[in-house]
Amino acid sequence: MAETIYPRLIGARLKSQMSYRVSFAMDFLTQVLAQGYELIVILILFTRIDALGGFSQNEVLLMYAFAGAAFGVADLFAGQLDHLPTYIRTGSFDVLLMRPLRLLPQIMCSDIRLRRIGRITGALAVMGYALAHVDVAWSPAKVLLTVLTPIAGAVIYSAVWVVACSICFWIVEGREFANAVTYGSNAFTSYPINVYSRPLRWVMAFIVPGAFVAYYPSLALLEKQDPIGLPGWVGWTSPLVAALAAGVAALVWRFAVRHYRGTGS
Amino acid sequence: MLAGMTTNVVFGLLRVAVLVAALKAADGEIADYDVAAANTYVWIGQGLLGFVLLWGTNELAERVRSGDVVVDLYRPWNLQGALLAEDVGRSGYAFLTRLAPPMVFGMVLFPFQFPQNAFQWPLFALSALIALVISFGFRFLIDLSSFWLLDNRGLYGFWNISSGLLCGLTVPISFFPEWAREVLWLTPFPAILQAPIDVFLGHGDPAKILALQAFWAVVIIAIGHFTLNRAVRKVVLQGG
Repeated sequence: MAETIYPRLIGARLKSQMSYRVSFAMDFLTQVLAQGYELIVILILFTRIDALGGFSQNEVLLMYAFAGAAFGVADLFAGQLDHLPTYIRTGSFDVLLMRPLRLLPQIMCSDIRLRRIGRITGALAVMGYALAHVDVAWSPAKVLLTVLTPIAGAVIYSAVWVVACSICFWIVEGREFANAVTYGSNAFTSYPINVYSRPLRWVMAFIVPGAFVAYYPSLALLEKQDPIGLPGWVGWTSPLVAALAAGVAALVWRFAVRHYRGTGS
Repeated sequence: MLAGMTTNVVFGLLRVAVLVAALKAADGEIADYDVAAANTYVWIGQGLLGFVLLWGTNELAERVRSGDVVVDLYRPWNLQGALLAEDVGRSGYAFLTRLAPPMVFGMVLFPFQFPQNAFQWPLFALSALIALVISFGFRFLIDLSSFWLLDNRGLYGFWNISSGLLCGLTVPISFFPEWAREVLWLTPFPAILQAPIDVFLGHGDPAKILALQAFWAVVIIAIGHFTLNRAVRKVVLQGG
């Protein structure tokens, strides 16, 4: 059953989003702009400096583009979890539980925000530019790494989203806590992680595995030494970290849903 | 509220880190900003953001879309004045819950540049209040756009995303290349965040900054008044 329902659900969402055309066009453009503004910030900083944390403008742009593309894809699917507090507070979460479909896919299909493609497009364009302008000794393995990085990053972000939003089962208005790690880690991963203070780095780079979205894969591509001192092969582990993160997210999600008690009558 | 504060502080920490790293790369100073000034800039910005309600709620626009705005319009009040009064009233509370905490956080934990003259404090308060009026003026116009667009969420999102950079929240406007700086200061955007921060840091002549802010406050409220009059003529009652 699920095979026919999800495409239909997604189709219906897409249609509904296209019905206000002007608004949709603006939404789409806004997403391209959102990605563009972060780019402008980097470019403005680099009119004043030559290197940030030891990385050149194009190297930082590469990290920013990896992070942006991964975040865009994650937001497309997992961004809907931001509505979880509403579902829990109003009790409409019960409805999701009653349907003979799995919970997470239901929520993810509840509102595929097509405009997010704007963000992804912007990030991919910058990625193309950055890859053409940084020094990479290309090899088949590195091509594979370049393709896998945004995908692994999207899985990591989505896992973070699921874990962070699970807090809403205990603290219903916990969405802003969740935002600190979801949107926060997008901001975090766009820059080389050695610019951050040690405690912040521990939390956002390794506990929330933000460093594996863009920073370490970029180091591996560029064959640069990690200023923090981790060995070079770490840059190749992002897909593993992504799998691990997804596993942890699945466990946390199950544990959290079991905690759900409904809102009463 | 605690959740909101956590998010606010996390983003503050991230922004401080990047700016300070940039300052380090530039031998400690970029355009009037040293490490202390950059910290002060970030934490005041994080506070003002909530105080002036930069991003608002789009509530009025939703009421236009649903038709509930009719109720607002036949009350014996001036809608614009009433909503502005609501925002200004809220600002007293927002001062304690939104503006003060990140500033105190920055003062206690980071190098902080306090004003050199005591009179900069009241000037800063005044500047922040005018900034609130201008911010209200913008949000009011965006809300009113729904009289024409019906679904103004695109425009609302556009504002949410653009305002941070244009108002000087993400990077100080003095970091911009000269032409961009000049263009931006011709617009009302810097008056919402950069202006109060400049008054606090003692960048530029405070009298000039305040006069500029007052000018934009008057202009934007006037445009709002005019637009509301036009919008009311567009109201169509749907159903009975």
